[in-house]
Amino acid sequence: MGFETIGFYVLGALAVAASLGVIGQRNPIYSVMLLIGSFGALAGLYILLDSPFTAVTQIIVYAGAIMVLFLFVVMLLNVPREDAAEWDRSHPLNRPGARRLGAALAVFLVLELGWAVWHISTREAVAFKDISSGGISSVAALGRSIFTDYAFQFEATSILILAAMVGAVVLARKEQE
Amino acid sequence: MDPVLIVQVALVVVVFQALLLSAAGMVWAERKVSARLQQRFGPTLTGPAGLLQPFADVFKLFFKEELKPKAADSVLFYLAPIISATTAFLAFCVVPFGPPTTLFGLLDRPVMLTVADVNVAVLVIFAVASMGVYGIVLAGWSSNNKYSLLGGLRASAQMISYELSYGMALAAVLVLGNSLSLVELVNAQSGYWFGFIPKWFVFLQPVGFFIFMTAGVAETNRAPFDFPEAEQELVAGYHTEYSSMSFALFFLAEYVNMVTVSAVATNLYLGGWHGPVLPPWLGILWWFAKLSALLFFYLWLRWTLPRYRYDTLMQFGWKFLLPLSVLNLLATAAGVLYFGI
Repeated sequence: MGFETIGFYVLGALAVAASLGVIGQRNPIYSVMLLIGSFGALAGLYILLDSPFTAVTQIIVYAGAIMVLFLFVVMLLNVPREDAAEWDRSHPLNRPGARRLGAALAVFLVLELGWAVWHISTREAVAFKDISSGGISSVAALGRSIFTDYAFQFEATSILILAAMVGAVVLARKEQE
Repeated sequence: MDPVLIVQVALVVVVFQALLLSAAGMVWAERKVSARLQQRFGPTLTGPAGLLQPFADVFKLFFKEELKPKAADSVLFYLAPIISATTAFLAFCVVPFGPPTTLFGLLDRPVMLTVADVNVAVLVIFAVASMGVYGIVLAGWSSNNKYSLLGGLRASAQMISYELSYGMALAAVLVLGNSLSLVELVNAQSGYWFGFIPKWFVFLQPVGFFIFMTAGVAETNRAPFDFPEAEQELVAGYHTEYSSMSFALFFLAEYVNMVTVSAVATNLYLGGWHGPVLPPWLGILWWFAKLSALLFFYLWLRWTLPRYRYDTLMQFGWKFLLPLSVLNLLATAAGVLYFGI
């Protein structure tokens, strides 16, 4: 096995283990830290894929900026343990309808994952134009393809994020008396 | 074995030791400068001019007892200083500090004077700096002390606020130099305008340099932005409960971060190892002179200005520095388009 294969399995295992740890234990601070670990392993995978720019952006945006905000909120609320929602029969998420919907969504997710894995393992690799020629590590090539070939997807994602942000502000705003 | 490889390994050891020594030197300089600014002498007894004072301090810290509050989170409490110190040292490994050298013909090909010449070096420094805040925040939370927690919260709020201006100021330099590699950015600053003004980016980016240094002081939690540890309000802030070497690691991280920010500013704005008078192979002297000047500026600032108020800090960051840095980036981009630098 080459260095890249070993690296892939080690980092992949780390990412999966850390992600399981995020949902597996109850202290929110540890969840945040494990999520950062998972993002770090993902960044390592990007480096193995020869795209250091994506790896560093992953660290700056997710592990750096977003998770600091998460940690800030968790510390501000100062909850040592998560609420035991499943033992609370009156909790809205424990109504039979909500539980059935959740089960259906879980089945759907597993089917989707299975389909994706089968699909990827059988089909030919598709070379993205522009990026594959110049190498994705070239920041200039990446920027050019984002603002030309993938401009629509890029702008659509931005609007989606903006909508989420406006929604959060509306939800958090106190009613003016 | 390849001699270049040996030099590379030696470089790692030398840079690590030099950073440790620079922290010691900065502690000594801080004491001396603060004393002079307050009409005192500072340390004079330990060694010539008190030069051995930082080593005496370290030995004292070595022999102190390591205390941990009973209610502290035992894993994160010990992890936090390690994160702080590791990220501080990690950031410096992509900073170049001199022109390529063959060590007076000893090597058959020149070696770059940096631990790792990464082509996205500027972003690596930014990423590692954004990781450094976890050390402080976790220290504040895991100590289970209200003053520590407040210090940690302040640190995260302050770093989020000033990281934006810091990044925007960096982006303007990247637009000018058209690269993400620190080596290429430094080399873009060689030569002169009209034969005598060195082509340093500080002359094209005076506003950017101001923003970078201000945000840099805030990022390293130095006075007048030392809110995470504001001793009059928070005892000692996030490291209230730390003693012995755990405390020393935080202390070390603060000084190493200062050196890193100054080194990055030297490379991005002050032309790195390029300068007049000295021959190019002595460029490393220029680099150290510029670094020392910036470090002295840090000390000078701390002992001259009083601390801001917390709300004025946030207002300054969001309502003044951030709009200014956005305008600076826009103006730089427009200038590069118009003049085609």
